[in-house]
Amino acid sequence: MANAIHPEEFGLSKPEPAQLAIETHDLNLWYGTFQALFDVDLMIKRGRITGLIGPSGCGKSTYLRTINRINERLGYVRTTGSIEVMGQNILAPEVELVQVRKQVGMVFQRPNPLPLSIRENVIFGYKIHEPEARRLTRNQRDEIVEKALREVLLWDTVKDRLDSPATALSLEEQQKLCIARLLPVKPSVLLMDEPCSALDPKGTEAVEELIWELRGEYTILIVTHNMAQARRASEECIFMLLGKVVEHSSTDDMFVTPKSQETADYIEGRYG
Amino acid sequence: MFEATEINMRHRRTEVLFRLLFGMMTILLILPVALILGILIYKGAPVLSLDFLLSEPTNGMTAGGIFPALVGTIWLVAVALIASLPVGVAAALYLSEYAPNNWLTRAINLAIINLAGVPSIVHALFGVGAFVLFFKFGTSILAASLTLAIMTLPVVIVSTREAMQAVPQAFREACWNMGATRWQTIRRVVLPNSISGILTGVILEVSRTVGETAPIMFTGAAFFLPFLPQSVFDQTMAMSLHLFVISTQVPNVPEGLPYGVALVLIAMVLSMNAISIAFRMYLRNKKKW
Ligand SMILES: Nc1ncnc2c1ncn2[C@@H]1O[C@H](COP(=O)(O)OP(=O)(O)OP(=O)(O)O)[C@@H](O)[C@H]1O
Ligand SMILES: [Mg+2]
Repeated sequence: MANAIHPEEFGLSKPEPAQLAIETHDLNLWYGTFQALFDVDLMIKRGRITGLIGPSGCGKSTYLRTINRINERLGYVRTTGSIEVMGQNILAPEVELVQVRKQVGMVFQRPNPLPLSIRENVIFGYKIHEPEARRLTRNQRDEIVEKALREVLLWDTVKDRLDSPATALSLEEQQKLCIARLLPVKPSVLLMDEPCSALDPKGTEAVEELIWELRGEYTILIVTHNMAQARRASEECIFMLLGKVVEHSSTDDMFVTPKSQETADYIEGRYG
Repeated sequence: MFEATEINMRHRRTEVLFRLLFGMMTILLILPVALILGILIYKGAPVLSLDFLLSEPTNGMTAGGIFPALVGTIWLVAVALIASLPVGVAAALYLSEYAPNNWLTRAINLAIINLAGVPSIVHALFGVGAFVLFFKFGTSILAASLTLAIMTLPVVIVSTREAMQAVPQAFREACWNMGATRWQTIRRVVLPNSISGILTGVILEVSRTVGETAPIMFTGAAFFLPFLPQSVFDQTMAMSLHLFVISTQVPNVPEGLPYGVALVLIAMVLSMNAISIAFRMYLRNKKKW
């Protein structure tokens, strides 16, 4: 607990458990014998956008991948500590991984729509998770698709070509689609791993805008290497270094008056 | 300033030398194939006719056509295809999508590669022991085709797995992260995007057994049987064995006849290969990722 982060130290009021979407305590993670996370204690608030910054290799993606437990697929990963999502321990033995993945959606650096039509991409997760998906009429399904596409501000662009392949869309549109396909199953948390870094400035701006729109409805944890983006598009910010959390505070505080010298150095671009 | 120096000239001479050397090796390689084909066509073409393809051998196989052998070979390959497709695809699916990357999987992969090198006569003896005698299929199309299927299974598995591995990993990751199980991922993403590659691969590999003689000689192919098979439990003539028989076992066969049979056999293999390769190229160009 030596480097435990106490939010009140950074001027944040201590959050009530009910306000938390993600809570990790003493989270350690090893890839084989290499330790990638050290005693990570984080409390991520519901409905907020939290930015995760830090130099390459500091464990940002690793942290994200432990929240939906996708890391376990590798087979040589060992985790200790606790992870609670929406107040429930997701490492408990009775937890069904499929349910975790339903509650916790992931968006990747490279947009990865499936090689299906736009419509099929949006409804894919719904088909997996909702048993009544088979019984839906075409109209009901189209409604779900439309609602999700509207939520990501993509409906007007693609409404006339829902049956064309998703891989033919522009990268910006693909990334929006990748967000849209998570929404029909009503996830509580969206994890985004550098969601804009494959996009051009215009696409970046559009997707950032979208993420900002989604705030409140979903808890968003977003990794970025772009300081300007972290500053613009997040409400709270976490700075990690070599697998440890160095600082967690409101974004304004972090960028104006960073508590630690390391944070200041990183924000100023002095390393990483 | 830009003139060639002594060292440039030397590099250029080496370049010419190696290009010549490699080119000659290639020609040396192609030459025998071209010769074989040329002689076959020259000597075999005069024998060919529709009647040759569609009539039975007569006069102790020294005259007439090859119809029963042609039909028999098609039976053998078709049944072998039907048998090896589901088994090969299931095994490849397991290895490509389910198997953990551990020593056992690596050992199995190694075994599969080595199995492809087992001589066909060994498969033939296995076929006799397993299908003809143990399962009591007798010498029949079924026994012969299953022997062929077992023989091609290693290459079928390898080509099927390659077709599946050609589906980008990112698609699988996307599915898993949405909570899809392995099977859902396979059914909705991996199979639909690899099935055409799988099919062409399997057809290609299995059709290569058209020319095999040893594995069918003891398990189902008949020396001389001028009737068409009625079911998979019948024996049948086959092109490859027929060619062997009239070339070595039957006296007084006119010179052109074996060449004609060989030409048809080669044409069967080549056209199957050509069709599946063309199909594969067509599909590859259609892919968009
Ligand atoms: N699958 C893996 N197997 C072994 N080590 C890994 C694996 N993935 C990540 N690591 C190691 O864990 C550490 C943290 O990696 P991670 O990908 O989480 O960093 P990151 O902060 O996301 O970096 P980046 O900004 O470059 O994406 C790195 O040292 C990396 O080499
Ligand atoms: Mg990363």
